[in-house]
Amino acid sequence: MLEIRNLHARIASTGTEIIRGLNLTVKAGEVAAIMGPNGSGKSTLSYVLAGRDDYEVTEGDILYDGQSILEMDPSERAAAGIFLAFQYPMEIPGVATMEFLKVALNAQRKARGEEPLKIPDFIKRVKDAAGSLEMDMAMLKRPLNVGFSGGEKKRAEILQMKLLQPKLCVLDETDSGLDIDALRIVADGVNALRGPDRAMIVITHYQRLLDHIVPDTVHVLYRGQVIKSGDKTLAHELEANGYAGIIEEAA
Amino acid sequence: MNMHAPPQRTVAETALVDAFGVRLSDLPGDGAVTVKRDAAIEQVKAGLPTRHVEAWHYTDLRRLLTLVPPHDTSSVTKPIKALLAETVVLPVLNGVAHGKAPVVEGVTLQRVSETLAEGSCARALGARDADDTIGAINSAFVTDGWFVDVAPGTAVAAAFELQNVLGAGQAHVRFPVRVGDGASVTIVERQSGAAAAFSTSVANLLIGRDATVRWLIVQDLPDTTALLSQFNAEIGEGSSLSLFLMNEGGKLVRQEVRVDASGQRSDFQLRGVNLLSGDTHTDVTMVLDHSAPNAGSRELIRNVVTGKARGVFQGRINVHQIAQKTDAKMACNTLLLSDDAEFSAKPELEIFADDVQCGHGATVTEINANHLFYLKARGVDDKSARGLLVKAFVAEAIEQLDDEAIVEALEARLEDWFATHG
Repeated sequence: MLEIRNLHARIASTGTEIIRGLNLTVKAGEVAAIMGPNGSGKSTLSYVLAGRDDYEVTEGDILYDGQSILEMDPSERAAAGIFLAFQYPMEIPGVATMEFLKVALNAQRKARGEEPLKIPDFIKRVKDAAGSLEMDMAMLKRPLNVGFSGGEKKRAEILQMKLLQPKLCVLDETDSGLDIDALRIVADGVNALRGPDRAMIVITHYQRLLDHIVPDTVHVLYRGQVIKSGDKTLAHELEANGYAGIIEEAA
Repeated sequence: MNMHAPPQRTVAETALVDAFGVRLSDLPGDGAVTVKRDAAIEQVKAGLPTRHVEAWHYTDLRRLLTLVPPHDTSSVTKPIKALLAETVVLPVLNGVAHGKAPVVEGVTLQRVSETLAEGSCARALGARDADDTIGAINSAFVTDGWFVDVAPGTAVAAAFELQNVLGAGQAHVRFPVRVGDGASVTIVERQSGAAAAFSTSVANLLIGRDATVRWLIVQDLPDTTALLSQFNAEIGEGSSLSLFLMNEGGKLVRQEVRVDASGQRSDFQLRGVNLLSGDTHTDVTMVLDHSAPNAGSRELIRNVVTGKARGVFQGRINVHQIAQKTDAKMACNTLLLSDDAEFSAKPELEIFADDVQCGHGATVTEINANHLFYLKARGVDDKSARGLLVKAFVAEAIEQLDDEAIVEALEARLEDWFATHG
């Protein structure tokens, strides 16, 4: 589903290269965990996948369902089924959460040539999704993410993911700022979305999240490259021994 | 004697002075009114203010006012559709009050042309001071308007809509409104038109004790029209005034708001939305006097500026020595959407009381790139995402009005504006 080939990307304003020849393949139905120390390029990778224009791809390619997405803008990528769950979801004053959900959902439907959802159908979908994430509907009447706690923001991200039903989910440090209970609810929400047609990239610092969302593959990112790949046991190894050994091994 | 010759009159200044000569015999008024008109035109003859006059620093009227067409009494206009559903419309068309004064229980309605003819409004005419150019021009030329007098204890269910609908030419109107003790009323003021025109409009609001007034000004003039307007209010003890401004058009607009919170425990709220586009100039200048203790005030101005438009907000709060426990906050936030757009904000606080809470803040920003990316990452295209963010920015000021019908009506106008300017 996703194939990243020799990707090089830099910060557009400063020219600093962050991703330096990254290769990664994620198949449909696969949950791939990306781990790595601070500054290894994990978040940059998620932004580059989503199409943020603060980053410039200088070499290589990103193929999604066999097609390069480099020329697509973020909204086109989203409509094609790529979803980024943000590490720090934006607070947007003045935009009611419900209104935002409706606009986003219908924008994607429109881009795919589908009819906009009827209001009752839309509300039912939101209610169902919110219920399973133990979210209060009253919260969704508030401006988007404004005054939400860290946990509420992450739940709101997963709520959006449930509603938009993307094919490729990129979760950027979804576990940061979550207590154990919230982590379980969020992980359950993510696990419910696992399926043979959907791929997930789970970016995290810690093994903890991977106890709840068990990955099929684990990839260690260091200085903008995948330096080691393995199965879920690799995450346990990292938790026990840290990154130093693997970094030395790769050097 | 060593006197400087006055600078040569501009085209606009000449047009104003000449118009007075032409109009003199048609202007209504008794002897007292005539005296006021004569004094007012003398002030106009002394010349329009330039940027060297502090109150007009960002709006050099002498340079900017280029459009003073002659009066055109043949120009025909019609009343416009009211903003709110349940409304008593009081139109002034091309400077002439239109239709019979409707009968509303507890409210006296009278044409201003009548109050001029009988001289009962003479006292209210005249410029406040040398900087009060709008008061001077309006006093010299005012022809009509509506006087609304709400008797004490009257809760008026329907809104009154005061319409200044411009045809071609000039119109100078006045809206004196008196709200008695314990009364409550909603007033909508419309500044609208279809052709190039020049207008002055002065509203004088006097609020008694424990009364509640909501006043909404919606200005959507064509970008060929110059409007100089004034809203003057005095708020009595325990009363509240919620004023809302929305500017959507006009070539040159100066909107002065002067409020005297002279009653104890009074409350004043100003919310403003300026949607500025094209090659236009819009100036909202507020002076608020807190001259009694235990009163509160809030101002929130949201500006969206695009094209080559220039906007100004001057907000001055004077807290008099007697006005202890004043709680006043002012904010002016601007979103610039183009490189040539410009906004000047000048907040001022002058405080002579020692136990008060006062603050102000002004920001000028562009669309937040993080917000934009977030919306786009959810599939909303660039144009729609920008529109959503800009609307959200101004909608915050509208939503604070806390009245569903009003919020809906104003948000519908917002949608319309974005549909044509977005």
